[in-house]
Amino acid sequence: MSLTDKDKAAVTTLWNKISKGADAIGADALARMLVVFPQTKTYFSHWPDLKPGSAPVKKHGKKIMEGVAQGVSKIDDLSNGLLDLSELHAFQLRVDPANFKILAQCLQVVIATMFPNDFTPEAHVAFDKFLSNLALALSEKYR
Amino acid sequence: MVVWSEQERSIINSIFSSLDYNDAGPKALSRCLIVYPWTQRYFASFGNLYNAEAIKSNPNVQAHGIKVLHGLDRAVKNMDNIKATYAELSVLHSEKLHVDPDNFKLLADCLTIVIAAKMGSAFTPEVQAAFQKFLAVVVSALGKQYH
Repeated sequence: MSLTDKDKAAVTTLWNKISKGADAIGADALARMLVVFPQTKTYFSHWPDLKPGSAPVKKHGKKIMEGVAQGVSKIDDLSNGLLDLSELHAFQLRVDPANFKILAQCLQVVIATMFPNDFTPEAHVAFDKFLSNLALALSEKYR
Repeated sequence: MVVWSEQERSIINSIFSSLDYNDAGPKALSRCLIVYPWTQRYFASFGNLYNAEAIKSNPNVQAHGIKVLHGLDRAVKNMDNIKATYAELSVLHSEKLHVDPDNFKLLADCLTIVIAAKMGSAFTPEVQAAFQKFLAVVVSALGKQYH
């Protein structure tokens, strides 16, 4: 389900609307993931505080969104554009790829709460495809 | 057996008692057909599903969205026994409608987005957790009678 030109345009349009709030979006999405899908907490056992609004959650949410931003800028070639992030996730973080889908869902829920008029079904399908392709690129080096 | 806290029951009841079925139902179903177009396979008789605009304005989609959303009422009223409550509906979806049960989760995810968009910041992580838990139980019950 690769990205068409129409998809890329829709993703870029949506991103331009939401990117100023990227830090807050990332923090909220990560916080939600830890609450709604508690099994994801296993990756953060080294954090002192996993509660929504805590410093590690906010900081890491921001970092995740920087990765998404990188994906938007490399939307024409995600596999090659995200090689360093893929290596990080494959060899160091070793996050089970099933979790990418979980985080993607939480990101989209947050965008829906913050930008209900912009996250139309048309924007949703393009963004969902983009996040799926992003996840694929991130798992590129896993095996 | 699924265990519900008082807070979870309260959250679910609150969401459904203030829900505009005529608005959320069509929105959830049309979003599902747009975001996951392969789900259109079950609605060949609905007429024009050619693009997002056609789907959103299709009266069959709207009517069916309302019907499907009301289908959740039974679960809200019988939260302690959703599996048994949906046994018959599960058989229907398996034997008569032949719906791949993976699709239930897709519609559930779209409904979550619709509710999130409506509630905004009131759709807190705790509310989301309760709502998704509820939908997961419904989805599981609907798939239970497949063989």
